[in-house]
Amino acid sequence: MVNTGTDRVKRGMAEMQKGGVIMDVINAEQAKIAEEAGAVAVMALERVPSDIRAAGGVARMADPTIMEEVMGAVSIPVMAKCRIGHIVEARILEAMGVDYIDESEVLTPADEVYHLYKRDFTVPFVCGARDIGEAARRIGEGASMIRTKGEPGTGNIVEAVRHMRMMQSQIRKILGMSTDELMTEAKNTGAPFEVLLQIKEAGKLPVVNFAAGGVATPADAALMMQLGADGVFVGSGIFKSDNPEKFARAIVEATTHFEDYELIANLSKGLGTAMKGIEISSLDPSERMQERGW
Amino acid sequence: MVKIGVLALQGAVREHVNSLIAPGVEVVVVKKIEQLNDLDGLVLPGGESTTMRRLIDKYGFFEPLKAFAKAGKPMFGTCAGLILMAKQLVGQKDGHLEVIDMEVERNAFGRQRESFEAELMVKGIADDIMAVFIRAPLIKAVGEDVEILSKYKGEIVAVRQNQFLACSFHPELTADARFHQYFVDVVKETKSKCLNV
Repeated sequence: MVNTGTDRVKRGMAEMQKGGVIMDVINAEQAKIAEEAGAVAVMALERVPSDIRAAGGVARMADPTIMEEVMGAVSIPVMAKCRIGHIVEARILEAMGVDYIDESEVLTPADEVYHLYKRDFTVPFVCGARDIGEAARRIGEGASMIRTKGEPGTGNIVEAVRHMRMMQSQIRKILGMSTDELMTEAKNTGAPFEVLLQIKEAGKLPVVNFAAGGVATPADAALMMQLGADGVFVGSGIFKSDNPEKFARAIVEATTHFEDYELIANLSKGLGTAMKGIEISSLDPSERMQERGW
Repeated sequence: MVKIGVLALQGAVREHVNSLIAPGVEVVVVKKIEQLNDLDGLVLPGGESTTMRRLIDKYGFFEPLKAFAKAGKPMFGTCAGLILMAKQLVGQKDGHLEVIDMEVERNAFGRQRESFEAELMVKGIADDIMAVFIRAPLIKAVGEDVEILSKYKGEIVAVRQNQFLACSFHPELTADARFHQYFVDVVKETKSKCLNV
């Protein structure tokens, strides 16, 4: 009996990434820098989120040449993004042999009503979420990994913190509930009942939960770990900084040793300027990527 | 009572800790070199081997881990852990810790979509072990002191060389703790031998 694409195989892949940093890259050269710095995976993109934000227009799946180039350059897993609900982009990425697909709000949604039915795929998916209802809906559809949405491409950690705190406090609330209270909680949060039951039984989300959307410094990465993230996605933060190699290494180490403050102090020294960053309140609501999807 | 550590630089640490928990076993999450000193055995978990090796070097774990193995203390590596323990790696000049006399090929099955689970016979443990292979390595060749514990489609996926165990799949991802119990027995056996010498 041999089975590919089972829950255990798909979720297990994400378990292996725990305690690690997944970095956005746009070419083979950046992918090698990321691998060398100790990234557990890379996200192959045409543009990092802050450039997508600056460019405007419709953001789509990257040119397959970029994924191919990155897959050829590194031995760590390669992830790629497809638009929310874009079945064909997802199938293309799967056919190419991408190791993990991010059904991502960073790209312009292809479907404003339905997310992908991810159980139909052999390749595992990661999806963004702002609260437990959203996380549980994505898990219900078959996501094998969750990440906070944060606010991508801003270099501002405040939204990622809000989403992680929200999820953790909702999980604690569920753990304190009796089973007969769960259906009402499912109704109130819009979470599938079965997923809430799994959370209650496992004492945690049934899949790995990473932080994403605004991590710009080693201290940001360590903060998210301390708030309960299993690992960290860094998008624009690394290759938009002054010294990507140094930044990448420092963020990896701060994620591993997120409670060793002396070490984080040392590795934060002389890093150069982090990406500039955007104050969230200056963003028009229509510019907030986190509002995409439901 | 034996004390077993799980190297916690990156990867599936919690799952190994849960699988090791049993009467007579104290489990330690190892993040600092000093913690190796009073351990009776060590698990090298699954994760990304490239990342782990970088962090091993960064925190000066390399020599202490080699010394740990040289001292005859048992080690158990799964997936990335197996890669770290191999004497030789296909396509690379050197191995990492070079603890088990075997040649290992990384990502031998292909990419994630080729990852799978299958039921295996593992010598000395059981004939119905559910093995989860995730971007798994394969053991292409072993030295004569190495005992082959399991094969999948003719390829070697689990081995033992004295007190060193390694498998290319992830027993820590299932609720079945028999493989871990086997390692705990190796640790207990090794410890009692040391006490009797």
